[in-house]
Amino acid sequence: MLRIVVDLNRCESYAQCVFAAPTVFWMKDEESLEYDYAPDDSLLVQVERAAAACPVQAISICWLDEQLEQQGGNHSEQQ
Amino acid sequence: MSSNNAEKTSSSVQRSVQRIVIVGASLAGLSAAESLRSEGFAGTITVIGDEPHAPYDRPPLSKTVLTGWLQAEHTTLPQSVDLQAEWLLGMPAIGLDLGNREVELADGRRVGFDRLLISTGTHARTWPDLAQAALDGVCLLHTRDDAARLRARLAARPKRVLVIGGGFTGSEVASVCRELGLAVTVTERSATPLIGALGAAAGAFAGQLQRAHGVDLRCNVTVMSLEGDESGRLRCAYLSDGDILDIDVAVVALGAVRNVEWLRDSGLAFDSRGLACDAACRAFDINGIVTDGIFVAGDVARWPHPLYGGELLAVEHWGNAVEQARTAAHNMVSVPADFRAYKSLPAFWSRQFGVNLKTIGLPSFADEVVLTQGSVLERRLVAAYGYKGRIVAALTVNMARWLPAYKAMIEARVPFPPVLHSPDSSAELRPVPAGFPPHGQTTHSANAIKTGTGPSTPPPEESSTSDKVKDPRVPPGFQPK
Amino acid sequence: MIQQSLYEQVLDYANRANPYPLYAQLRQTPVTRQTDGSYVVSTYREIVSLLHDPRIGSDFRKRSVHDRPPAGLSTNKEQAFKSQVPEVGTEASASNEGSETEVVPSFIGLDPPEHDRIRRQATWPFGPPHKPGRVADMESELICLANRQIDTMKGKSSIDIVEDFAYPIPVTMISKLLGVPPEDQARLHALSEAIIEGIDLDPQKSQEERKRRQEQSGQTFKDLEQYMEALIERHRKHPGSDLLSGLITDYGPDGPMAQPDIVSTASLLLIAGHETTVNLITNGMLTLLRHPDVLERLRREPNLVIRLVEELLRYEPPVQILPNRVALADITIAGTIIQKGSPVILLLASGSRDPARFHDPDKFDPDRRDNMHLGFGCGIHYCYGAPLARLETQIALTELVRRLENPRLAYDQPPYRQSATLRGPRHLIIEIDGVKD
Repeated sequence: MLRIVVDLNRCESYAQCVFAAPTVFWMKDEESLEYDYAPDDSLLVQVERAAAACPVQAISICWLDEQLEQQGGNHSEQQ
Repeated sequence: MSSNNAEKTSSSVQRSVQRIVIVGASLAGLSAAESLRSEGFAGTITVIGDEPHAPYDRPPLSKTVLTGWLQAEHTTLPQSVDLQAEWLLGMPAIGLDLGNREVELADGRRVGFDRLLISTGTHARTWPDLAQAALDGVCLLHTRDDAARLRARLAARPKRVLVIGGGFTGSEVASVCRELGLAVTVTERSATPLIGALGAAAGAFAGQLQRAHGVDLRCNVTVMSLEGDESGRLRCAYLSDGDILDIDVAVVALGAVRNVEWLRDSGLAFDSRGLACDAACRAFDINGIVTDGIFVAGDVARWPHPLYGGELLAVEHWGNAVEQARTAAHNMVSVPADFRAYKSLPAFWSRQFGVNLKTIGLPSFADEVVLTQGSVLERRLVAAYGYKGRIVAALTVNMARWLPAYKAMIEARVPFPPVLHSPDSSAELRPVPAGFPPHGQTTHSANAIKTGTGPSTPPPEESSTSDKVKDPRVPPGFQPK
Repeated sequence: MIQQSLYEQVLDYANRANPYPLYAQLRQTPVTRQTDGSYVVSTYREIVSLLHDPRIGSDFRKRSVHDRPPAGLSTNKEQAFKSQVPEVGTEASASNEGSETEVVPSFIGLDPPEHDRIRRQATWPFGPPHKPGRVADMESELICLANRQIDTMKGKSSIDIVEDFAYPIPVTMISKLLGVPPEDQARLHALSEAIIEGIDLDPQKSQEERKRRQEQSGQTFKDLEQYMEALIERHRKHPGSDLLSGLITDYGPDGPMAQPDIVSTASLLLIAGHETTVNLITNGMLTLLRHPDVLERLRREPNLVIRLVEELLRYEPPVQILPNRVALADITIAGTIIQKGSPVILLLASGSRDPARFHDPDKFDPDRRDNMHLGFGCGIHYCYGAPLARLETQIALTELVRRLENPRLAYDQPPYRQSATLRGPRHLIIEIDGVKD
């Protein structure tokens, strides 16, 4: 599963990611960036464009193991 | 990481380090684990967490998750596939045996280590009256599950939400409520919201924002008690200004408490301010001796920053969790000659009431503040914080792109107020008192504070009277005998 | 003639094809004071620091005449300051300085808070928060346009990448975006060329020649403005979905943009649309043809283009220099004090080749991860058109590489345009064996 995380300390609100992937990233008000941590996998190319375009390189893209996200409270018992 | 690092990690020290245990499975713990692998560490990594979830990101919990844009479970943090860590989740650590170098788990298991990272973070301060805290409708906002529950409450469109405490979490919750069109009251024991983090001058601005967005903001007011109906549902709140509010949701936003209880018999130098460590992130023991192989990172740490008068800082920031964990991870697999000092400047952001707030440095260290760029009226501004004539922090409101310049000024210890002649500043800069309240006066924590100069320095106000003042129900002006 | 300074050598047309060794020499001293009192900054760290510095302005009117008398500064040299090339391509502008008209500067030539307000107004109909999808929605149209241009190459064995491809794409798009009717495009092309010719002065030319060209450029600029005023009037009466109509009718919290600001903004977007992306696309094809292994990889892995364009912006950026900044206070940087009122010249392309910041900086490496290049500047004047330039170049290079059979340089190196600031080949002749469908 496609997952992204943005270092919002680094973010300087250039909004280049919003231009590149407008359904994944959006500007809340004038300068606050918000984004979908879990965009559909079909948006990968847009997300890659967004990450590459970030002038402060604040966007990380990752593939997350589905099991990890579903991990429940009994995980430790399964060890 | 360069291949040089990888070579170093396979050298003599690392041969003796086979097992690394990380207690605390959140941002700091995950960042440390990732860094250990990129440093070339090939031994076992065990990550122990009390929550049942894989590491997730907290900032959206009080923002996009509450508005309903983002599902709570989608905040899981990405991690690299080759992390190869053993995750013991939903399993609190309850003790640390330094002699045998073992962590004791709630189920009685003991996990041995060669190196330990303590990154247990914080939990939300709860409402002091347990019966009232248990009422249906009284919420906290710290974990992902808290956020999912509060989201469900807000989605049910309560008639009024009460937010107890005007710190960042409380303010962000209030902002979301207004965005959702919900009536909201914020109570704050001190003179302004955000006062602990930004001071009264900036706090007054934050208060104006809240009121302009329709928040019923009550400063210098506390909630004396919460009351439920026969079925245990929250019904109303009694305020210190005499008002009785008809509410069905109350969000307790009283700040965070360090997760240090499990270290009770460990012999490490911890108290309510956190666990003391040196600049290399090594924990101190109660005698002020630096330990061998026990490291600390994230919200639970207090460490000496070179820029802030030798005081140990305690910082509850996202960036701090990441950067300090990386430094700790590097040092865990390095010889002391290759140790790095952790000296990142605290950096923080928030979004609320239509603005993006960012800080760099430690505002709460300051005695003065000055508007250097922009205007309060336009809600776009930069303010610089000074302490004894040098710049120590800066705040931007919708003007984040200037922050790097102020970071450089803080690091260069530039005189305060700075000489800028910026086109969007007034000809003469007029500093005003920053207005930070004495410790214990607010209903929320500052989220980045100085905590004394050494591992053994006692807390400034660790007395029974100040405990009384710390009770969030006690109204302002209360004079302990 | 007195020996040229390193910066003068950069401006010298003789060094246009490869200014990078000169930049390397310049970086030996991060900040150098020129004999005319300006300061040239060539290292990454110092450029980034100054671009974020509130003590640096972009409004040339703030250059001091009275409180900064550097020794030997003559009136002629003062004039020379004013004739710096515009900073088109960071924030899209040709400042009309030198032309002595009373026209308002575009937002690139303004400082906060005016700059911030006008830029917000200009962004309202173009991007987030109001029109976040505007550029992304142009993708399929861009693909069609690129392929139409490539179709015209069928049956040819030799093509000029500039004339046949790199020029028509951005010009068609900016015209469409602004709502310029197709029949006016040729005229605007000529106007844009003349403006750039006139303000991008060759230091080798005589004083009289430079003055004459400058005046000519001023006149051309007036012509462009008159055209824009008429166009605005037309769009005011019959608004469409274009950007210009948006500027006129669809405004946000800052209110409607003032008429003179619409004229200067539209003029400058038009010029930037003509003079920057064309160089990025051309530099891209030139660089690919000089690195056939990368070209081959791009053919196999089309998504490589995303990082490849970023690397291009670092390695061969179309905007090499920001020549128009001014120090608003004394600034101590890298051991030098930049005096208040002095012009400050930032060598972006040099900063992006700084070995203190980039590993192996003279290597073209599309896999480079750590690539915070200065291709679009940074800080508040970050390129307004960057999202469009990126998408256009990504699509242009992908389609070109996909469809051209066995493309190769007819000769290396190509002839360059005059400008050292907006640098790029005038022509790029390549040979091909055919065009795939």
